[in-house]
Amino acid sequence: MKANLSVGKGAVCLLAAVVLAIFILIPVVQVSAAEAYKVGAVFSVTGRASFLGDPEKKTAVMLQEEINKKGGINGHLLELVIYDDEGDSTKCALAVRKLISQDKVCAIIGPSLSGLSLAVLPEAEKHKIPLVSCAASYKIVTKNAETGEQWKWVFKTPQSDSMAAEAIYTHMKKHGISKVAIMSGTTGFGASGRSELLRLAPQYGITILADEKYGPKDTDMTAQLTKIKGKAPQAIVNWSIGPTQVVVVRNRQELGMSNIVLYQSHGFGSRKNIELAAGAAEGVYCPLGACNIAEVLPPAHLQKKVTMEYLKAYKAKYNEALSSFGGHAWDALAMVTKALGAVGSDKAKIRDYLENLKGYVGQHGVFNFSPKDHNGLTKEAFQMVVVKNGDWALTD
Amino acid sequence: MSFASQLLQYAITGVTIGSIYAMVAIGFNIIYNVTEAINFAQGEFVMLGGLVMVFLRVAVNIPVIFSLPLTIMLVTMVGILLDRLAIKPLSKPSVLAMVIATIGASFFIRGAAMMLWGKNPFDLPPFSGRNPISFLGAVVQPQGLWVVGFLLVVVVVLTLFFDRTILGKALRASAVNPSASSLVGINVKHMVLVSFALSAAIGALGGIVITPISLMEYDRGAMLAVKGFSACVLGGIGSFPGAVTGGLLIGLIESLGAGLVSSGYKDVFALLLLLLVLFVRPSGLLGNAEVSKIRKF
Repeated sequence: MKANLSVGKGAVCLLAAVVLAIFILIPVVQVSAAEAYKVGAVFSVTGRASFLGDPEKKTAVMLQEEINKKGGINGHLLELVIYDDEGDSTKCALAVRKLISQDKVCAIIGPSLSGLSLAVLPEAEKHKIPLVSCAASYKIVTKNAETGEQWKWVFKTPQSDSMAAEAIYTHMKKHGISKVAIMSGTTGFGASGRSELLRLAPQYGITILADEKYGPKDTDMTAQLTKIKGKAPQAIVNWSIGPTQVVVVRNRQELGMSNIVLYQSHGFGSRKNIELAAGAAEGVYCPLGACNIAEVLPPAHLQKKVTMEYLKAYKAKYNEALSSFGGHAWDALAMVTKALGAVGSDKAKIRDYLENLKGYVGQHGVFNFSPKDHNGLTKEAFQMVVVKNGDWALTD
Repeated sequence: MSFASQLLQYAITGVTIGSIYAMVAIGFNIIYNVTEAINFAQGEFVMLGGLVMVFLRVAVNIPVIFSLPLTIMLVTMVGILLDRLAIKPLSKPSVLAMVIATIGASFFIRGAAMMLWGKNPFDLPPFSGRNPISFLGAVVQPQGLWVVGFLLVVVVVLTLFFDRTILGKALRASAVNPSASSLVGINVKHMVLVSFALSAAIGALGGIVITPISLMEYDRGAMLAVKGFSACVLGGIGSFPGAVTGGLLIGLIESLGAGLVSSGYKDVFALLLLLLVLFVRPSGLLGNAEVSKIRKF
């Protein structure tokens, strides 16, 4: 009885508060009722690159729900318009045009792939809309490679390949490694990594003894490794995605080359790969973003909190292992949200805000944007990690 | 590592990979001999063999001795279904119609495998451990021996089948002359079914033995089919010794080319060899010139 009474009282109070609020807010509501902030997203959710687009979409949806649960951005709900480009550049361009002309979004996150991002960035420039790509190539933000001039409206969140190569070379230098063999898959990812490794080698005093390649679907890399074994380098750097990078690890062990240190690219950043290597991955080094290794980061690490929160929330919502690619979408949407909160939905203001954003702690690094740098990361965005007892362990 | 043992290592690798190409090539040949069509879903049989085996061996934990024949049976069923659903209903089974049907089937099987297994690669424990065997400064993976061994088994069993059994002889007869075979009471449509079943079984075996070496994922079939087809054409289409020779040659050229010249161009060497052989001998190394004259494509 008493409880009921108190509930009644509470309800009355609540009703009164609601009525009051409505009266006070009426003029405001008329202006901005349902005026949600619309942000567009284009990901390769299905098709050849769904391993990128699928976690990116899931992450973006999760983040949107979290923001709206907290009451949105300064009272505006966040509305996400997501399109799937299926890894196809025509569909991607259509989606971007639709987002600009029909959906009238104030910013776009994505695409997932470098090639597609390069294909649609002229649209963003032409229609003056901020686009935050989730793909890695430095060309996405760089208008002129010589002068380092950046595209005005285009940003990207993933680390560039050059940063991964620098992180690896820095580690080698520290450990007195100078004679190196390179292996790479003949895919866009592999070719890009290979050219960065070759370009940066002289700066770090590294001699490349062998430069071997293999196809993305090859069954066995024993031949390439045998050739490398004959040249006796101190270390091997392998740069590929998919099953081949696991086969390389296994072949190296079979050939008894454990005395030659193996560095993998950041493409190796999944525990699944350690598992598939069936014990052969012990002692393999690779550079990873904080997002990959949230659990093993020390508590004092700047990104510990944000990466752990993301990891827990993602696992709770989707009940699947976190993919670091989703982290790129997290960074993109979180920064756009921050800009919306600070300057509202004006496109030019969002762009200006992002360009001057400093010290933003994200999933893949601490971002410091500037007019000269629309990626905002350095090689510090990668932690050197070694495989120890079937899991990642930090190393220096 | 001395140059001699390096060479030996390249040869070992080449023979291992080449054996798989040879198995795919044999599968192409069986169907080609009966229908004169190239089965573009041949690589998919290999992929299915690997993935079904992963399911039975790793997920269900059935020992190899049972899961291996079970996998072959299941994939053979897929081959039979392929014939019943895509080939038999063709009103005018021209070579082109069959090729188009198998291309469609390969897309379908790949899509179904993606739905069932996802896009991640899967691993299979090797049949007899991972400890490499040292041999004159080179190493042999135990699984590599299994691969070569199973190729030998396939060659012996098939030879006996085609030479000694009534079904095998009937298959050869319908390959040589379908209308005459019909006259003596051989059901040619039935023979087509048998050829698809046999090809699927051999493809599946290839997939099972290679997965512990190379892992397996849903879209690996296309690459294996291309290599297997090259092996098939190089050796002479329709010829079984040719398929084995072609497969081993392509494997060796790839491995030696990668090791001694340039790994970036290893696939080019194999294709160059293929083109050279075809310029000199259009019917392939061991192919029958008579057969290649009446080829329908």
